[in-house]
Amino acid sequence: MSKANLLDRRRVVSGLLAERNNAIVVGGLGASTYDIAAAGDHDRNFYLWGAMGGAVMIGLGIALAQPKLPVVVITGDGEMLMGMGSLATVGLQKPKNLTIVVLDNEVYGETGGQASHTAATVDLVSLARACGIADSRAMATIAEIEAFAPGMQDVQAGPRFASVKIDSANLERVLSSRDGTFIVNRIRGALGFSPM
Amino acid sequence: MHARTEAASETTSETTPSWPEDIFNILQRFDVAQVPYVPDAGHSQLIERVLGASSMRAVPLTTEEEGVALLAGAWAGGQRGVLLMQSSGVGNCVNMLSLTQIFRFPFLTLVTMRGEWGEFNPWQVPMGSSTAGVFELSGIKVLRAAHPNEVREVVEAAAGQAYEACTPTAVLLSQRLIGAKVFTK
Repeated sequence: MSKANLLDRRRVVSGLLAERNNAIVVGGLGASTYDIAAAGDHDRNFYLWGAMGGAVMIGLGIALAQPKLPVVVITGDGEMLMGMGSLATVGLQKPKNLTIVVLDNEVYGETGGQASHTAATVDLVSLARACGIADSRAMATIAEIEAFAPGMQDVQAGPRFASVKIDSANLERVLSSRDGTFIVNRIRGALGFSPM
Repeated sequence: MHARTEAASETTSETTPSWPEDIFNILQRFDVAQVPYVPDAGHSQLIERVLGASSMRAVPLTTEEEGVALLAGAWAGGQRGVLLMQSSGVGNCVNMLSLTQIFRFPFLTLVTMRGEWGEFNPWQVPMGSSTAGVFELSGIKVLRAAHPNEVREVVEAAAGQAYEACTPTAVLLSQRLIGAKVFTK
């Protein structure tokens, strides 16, 4: 049930991450993790295969620990709705190096395409702004994505929030590692930290 | 937040108990940097100390499960943290506690207990009664301190096994230690 003129999610994520440099990228449970994997595996990718509602808070924990590194959370509307309170927590902390991007297809794509609240009522951009994230925007074109991406590298101007309405087509899954200790220790290694 | 009676213990002559200061000193010694919390009267003294500490970042949460995810991120980013909450908040964390097994990260939480030891509010009793069981079912070791003079060694042991052995650990601070909350009109 794809709609005309909505963006292709893989194109959006590859556009966001084309010049990611040292950024740490957190993907939410579901298709956003596949999108990040499809853009290219990276030792600074934090893939989630569970913990629904936790992506933004994981991103916040990293952002507070590594204030000089860009941290980008890319998640879906369903995952964001489950962790709505975390926008309030981010709005209070105001981490300057954190960017949150929601890929909003208005459905729970992993579970059969049931409508999410964003299809009818919830406006995530207004919500993020009301939570204290002043730089909150909707993006609808690839040109906007490409103009937005370099700003994610600015670790002095965040936090920022963006919602992108995307096509709800279910794409072929690109499976990342599902081993949590591998994923986390790989990131820690990339940052110069040893295992226990 | 609400006031509580002083702990019925050897510290009754003091207006502020010394065990929150013991906890603060241990957290400092273990280089704890991120301190997510949902406020509780039993943690109020410790929260004040954390808010005043330049080496610590206090992170007020809207719900306790946020803190579990925050600490996983902190670990990935090279920092240690501790989650402060009340027993009623433990139930809010259940699915997110999966992260402690998935990442095997140094998870430490300090939980002030309600629903035991002279509780006035029956609504606190169900979750207070299942707090330890929820942690144990979630693969988290549970230690308990019921008296002011044992808080230091219990929290020290908990911090040691959490931070140095990546053994996820919860310390239950008994309602007996904190004192039952007094409800007045």
